[in-house]
Amino acid sequence: MSSDVILQTSNLGKHFKRRWAVRHLDLEIHRGDVFGFLGPNGAGKSTTIRMLLSLIRPTEGDVFLFGHSLRTQRQLALKSVGGIVEKPDFYLYLTAYRNLEVVGALNGGTTKRRIFEVLDLVGLGQRAYDKVKTYSHGMKQRLGIAQALLSDPELVVLDEPTSGLDPQGMKEIRDLILHLSRAQKKTILLSSHLLHEVELVATRMAIINKGELVTQGEVKKLLDEGEKYVLLSGEPKKKLELLLRTQRCVQKVEEQTDGFRLAMEFSDIPQLTRTLVRNNIAVHAIIPRRSLEDYFLSLTENDGKL
Amino acid sequence: MARLLYIELIKTFLKKRTFIGFAIVAVIVPLIEIAMKLEGGRFLQATTRSLQQDFFLVGNLFNAWLVSYNMMNSLWVHIPLLISFVAGDMLAGEATAGTYRLILIRPVSRTRILLAKYAATVFYTILFVFFLGALSIGLALPLLGRGDLIVFQHGILILPESDVAWRFLVAYLLAAWMMLTIASLAFFFSSFVENAIGPIVGTMGVLIVSFVIMSIPVELFESMRPYLFMYYTNIWQKVFHDPVPWETLWKDAAVLGAYSLAFLGAAWGIFVRKDILS
Ligand SMILES: Nc1ncnc2c1ncn2[C@@H]1O[C@H](COP(=O)(O)OP(=O)(O)O)[C@@H](O)[C@H]1O
Ligand SMILES: [Mg+2]
Repeated sequence: MSSDVILQTSNLGKHFKRRWAVRHLDLEIHRGDVFGFLGPNGAGKSTTIRMLLSLIRPTEGDVFLFGHSLRTQRQLALKSVGGIVEKPDFYLYLTAYRNLEVVGALNGGTTKRRIFEVLDLVGLGQRAYDKVKTYSHGMKQRLGIAQALLSDPELVVLDEPTSGLDPQGMKEIRDLILHLSRAQKKTILLSSHLLHEVELVATRMAIINKGELVTQGEVKKLLDEGEKYVLLSGEPKKKLELLLRTQRCVQKVEEQTDGFRLAMEFSDIPQLTRTLVRNNIAVHAIIPRRSLEDYFLSLTENDGKL
Repeated sequence: MARLLYIELIKTFLKKRTFIGFAIVAVIVPLIEIAMKLEGGRFLQATTRSLQQDFFLVGNLFNAWLVSYNMMNSLWVHIPLLISFVAGDMLAGEATAGTYRLILIRPVSRTRILLAKYAATVFYTILFVFFLGALSIGLALPLLGRGDLIVFQHGILILPESDVAWRFLVAYLLAAWMMLTIASLAFFFSSFVENAIGPIVGTMGVLIVSFVIMSIPVELFESMRPYLFMYYTNIWQKVFHDPVPWETLWKDAAVLGAYSLAFLGAAWGIFVRKDILS
């Protein structure tokens, strides 16, 4: 394996009672990636992350972190990894500071200075000596990230870090992830059930469904591959169709129940909009879509039970 | 390892649950001793009146030592319950709180984490038994006064006061050793469940079943007794025999130690393989 691959799973699988939660999973994360690990609810993201962090033992396959097997060299493998799995849980009766002290001791020791560094980074410096009991969900989520960063690891694993947050909270976490990646040069594994979220921050991604890998690669490439089209609806319909068929930037027009499906470049959308408005068309909606998005939506709409 | 033990102690001793036992003992012991003081020698007089006629007894036999001795005899059910409260929560509490996900992803082996947790359990158990002992004697001495200790085991034995203090010290050590076996049992139960109710109920269940087996005079049960660790509950009483049967004492203590080790070993076997799904 190349020295730039810092996390690799080979044929990773976990069998629960009667079914495989994850199977035949081969992931590869390179140094510097923000790796989006995408899948609908129940796809096996958390199960995979539990295996990556040694909380559960794979039924088959193995995980290699920095070239060390998790089965045979667990402590070495986990040395430069920090993470948070599922919801952020802490010792509620202890202060945030004490919680980080506990984690720090397990890292082989930490300092007051480092604890405040990570708390300040996530905006909790002022609340260091409050019991975690008094924290909101969003604050716990941020404390979860602080905890993951405490040992200054190279790889940070975050399992749905924006789940349960309001849009403002989600944006804060996104910005934090981008900061960690760009300013602190961390490699980040980020799981999510929202394609849009992964698209905003990730450089590479993998899609998992029903425990199996669907695809893996650069986010840009995966999104650009396959078909791109625009959904458009407006009034009056007849005039609109006529107009669309005469535009050079529109390669194909297909009528659908609530509008038209156009084959065209996304970069031509502003120009088309101007033309339509100038011709007194009332545009109701104009939505750029990609087949990957459709595909992923079909997974989530069926709740992963395709 | 010291660092791991330190955080386990912090976690244990900043938790309210840990002090329930101390609080209950701090209420019960003074209550019993004050009641004893008020009811006075009546309790003892009934038994000693006849003796007083047969023997030449001097001084105050109803004293701090006797009350403390009886205290140890009467709390054998309560103390295991209170200890299982804490020992049973040691591992299961992390599952309940979801904090296994915080600590078991760090680059420290589960074996070391388990040992640190067990060491904290040992520390708590010893502290608790000695708290009970110190409170019981410390309060009784000014309240009930000193004197020789009269014990009723296979007849009557009167130990002169000068010969008593060290026996109490050793007795509390042995009681702690015994309670450690019970704590280890609760710790073992704690390793495979997700909340502390199971270990508490489990430990008390084992205690009750053991006592039933020990108290029914059936041959089958009688032959089983030496294999039940509860058979050694009263190991500390042997320190008040004269002469002290050291040889049996060491043997009994070794059996208890073996049980503790077995429970710890079983807990280890489960804990290092356990899938963390909480
Ligand atoms: N403890 C368990 N026992 C049995 N099945 C489980 C257990 N935990 C998770 N699963 C199953 O494994 C699958 C993957 O779950 P999970 O990894 O939590 O998905 P995700 O994190 O992608 O939402 C689900 O179908 C879930 O029902
Ligand atoms: Mg999940």
